[in-house]
Amino acid sequence: MIKWTLIAALALSAPATADEIWISNEKDDTISVIDIETMEVTRTIEVGERPRGITFSKDFSVLYLCASDSDTVQVIDPDTGKILHDLPSGEDPEQFVLHPDNRHLYIANEDDAITTVVDTETRKVVAQIDVGIEPEGMAVSPDGRISITTSETTSMAHWIDTSTQELFANTLVDQRPRHAEFTLDGSELWVSAEIGGTISIFDVSDQTEKAKITFEVQGVHPDRVQPVGFELTQDGRYAFVALGPSNHIAVVDQKTYEVLDYILVGRRVWHMAFNGDESLLFTTNGVSGDVTVIDVEKLEATKSIKVGRFPWGAAFRPTN
Amino acid sequence: MKFILTLALLLAIGFVTPVSAQIDVKIAYLKGWRALPPTLSNLDPIPDDEGLSGAQLGREDNATTGKFLKQSYELLPFEASPDDDLTAIAREALDASDFLVLNATRADVLMIADMPEAQGKLIFNASAPDNDLRSDACRANVFHTLPSRAMLSDALAQFAVQKKWTDWALITGPREEDQAFAASLDASAGKFGVRIRDRKTWTFDADMRRNASAEVPLFTQSFPEHDMLIVADEANDYARYVMFNTWDPRPIGGSEGVVPAAWHRAVEQHGAAQLQSRFQELAARPMRSIDWAAWAAVRSIGEAVTRTNATDPASVRAFLYSDAFELGGFKGRKLSFRNWNGQLRQPIPLAHPGALVALAPLEGFLHRVNELDTLGLDEPESNCAALGSNE
Repeated sequence: MIKWTLIAALALSAPATADEIWISNEKDDTISVIDIETMEVTRTIEVGERPRGITFSKDFSVLYLCASDSDTVQVIDPDTGKILHDLPSGEDPEQFVLHPDNRHLYIANEDDAITTVVDTETRKVVAQIDVGIEPEGMAVSPDGRISITTSETTSMAHWIDTSTQELFANTLVDQRPRHAEFTLDGSELWVSAEIGGTISIFDVSDQTEKAKITFEVQGVHPDRVQPVGFELTQDGRYAFVALGPSNHIAVVDQKTYEVLDYILVGRRVWHMAFNGDESLLFTTNGVSGDVTVIDVEKLEATKSIKVGRFPWGAAFRPTN
Repeated sequence: MKFILTLALLLAIGFVTPVSAQIDVKIAYLKGWRALPPTLSNLDPIPDDEGLSGAQLGREDNATTGKFLKQSYELLPFEASPDDDLTAIAREALDASDFLVLNATRADVLMIADMPEAQGKLIFNASAPDNDLRSDACRANVFHTLPSRAMLSDALAQFAVQKKWTDWALITGPREEDQAFAASLDASAGKFGVRIRDRKTWTFDADMRRNASAEVPLFTQSFPEHDMLIVADEANDYARYVMFNTWDPRPIGGSEGVVPAAWHRAVEQHGAAQLQSRFQELAARPMRSIDWAAWAAVRSIGEAVTRTNATDPASVRAFLYSDAFELGGFKGRKLSFRNWNGQLRQPIPLAHPGALVALAPLEGFLHRVNELDTLGLDEPESNCAALGSNE
């Protein structure tokens, strides 16, 4: 065990032996790599400026990272932590989503009101789509036909037909949408609204809003309960919703939309990632600069792990 | 299969929004003339486009949303020089639009709001912080997106209480607005339990650039023991020469040091960095309080039109006062209008030139309805008869 820790700590190019959670630290220009077995940061990787969106390729062979202030998406070898090359991303890439084809990245260009589509193989921009102001939330339907961009100041979800790379619908949501996810069967789109304090659920077949979830944390003024990042469990049971400055994660029943529980985590909780079997959830807490680990079965916070300054995004990497 | 069909159908129709007819919204912006007092320092001139650039950014933001909803937004800027007849220009602006964003003095806001042409229209005060515009002198057709002096002084008092710097010494400039700010500070001190242990009026007519280090220590030497020195100097004439020249080493607040304001270039959380960079790109300078207030006014109108699809002033006004209205103003929580005096409730940044110090309302200042209403004139304190019907 000691020997193993030593090897991990040395960050050699040898593959790690435990699964990992990768965290982008917005104000440190680094990634913290958390070893899921020891629950410790084993590597800190220097990356471009203001790293935010973070995701692995479907086969986990490369990591894609939005280096917002470097105006690029960096492609990183997860074994060595080396930056392999940059992708053209448009200005100020904040968040992105990888299409199921494992090839096209849909990137939100926050300063430009544009969604950029990049082919990761040819490293070329395939399309740029005009969207609302401050695009941020990005999602793609499981069948790959629809991509979503949400725009913070415009307060809309923009629906992109991926076959034509054109908008086919624009739906209003509450103030300052931050994140979007499709359900696993692709029938629903969930969109969080930070300032509105809600999650809107759309019927994908006709883009109408079918439900809206509101939150209430005891002892916190409703205006401070601000849903931002969220994740849906694959088994269709839960949605975990980060509530920003209220420092709580809400647990929502994915089927009934009922809020089941609130879990206290670190300060200004932002995004999150599950481990492989979804038994653990790792949340990024921007202001406290740490990651909270939640036991999904018990719905309890079990540990907090110090990472870099302003952790933003999280991504799971299996190594076995 | 059904899904593909639906999708194809949708693509054929175009955007799927409940909107059908094109809507064009015109918003007038009027800058009145104001005599700017001479200041000792010429380091920080007020930009000519203060306010206007904020309104323009608001228009752009509205237009970006609008293009997905078949709505267009036009800004009609008007400006009065000292020789102009402000009434005539205001009439022109009111003829051109149902919505008027004003960058003008208290007197001009009242004069324009009372014009026959302004009745039934909506005026947004983006520049006059006077408390009485939100109280005895309120008007039913006026919204205020700039915080009142009371909101600023309350923010400063909350900050002082949190720091336990509750004994103040106060220096007030000779101008009317400095006296008004001092009166507001007085009221805030009473509201939050701050003691103003002594006060002095700034009377020097010398050039402080040369002799601040000689004059200010003597001027401040006679103050009794205090935790914080507060300076009321809205034109930023002399306050900058007080800092670091006082007899006792004390933190300074008010118009210098830690300053409460509607906006500050150091505000960057809550997505504000994006607003700052969009403004910087448009105006080639940092956003100022009046810019933010003009932006918030234009955005409020846009938000109402977007959500209601109505452009008549009565519908817009009703929506702005409804629970459904919420404005994302890059201050960390939703903003709304107080239905008792038309003031946009909003957090107040307290900043020094290099960084944000605090964002009021500060933790622990509670309110039975909305913590934002711990800042400024709360319902029982506001004496605005014109808006009684909103209850």
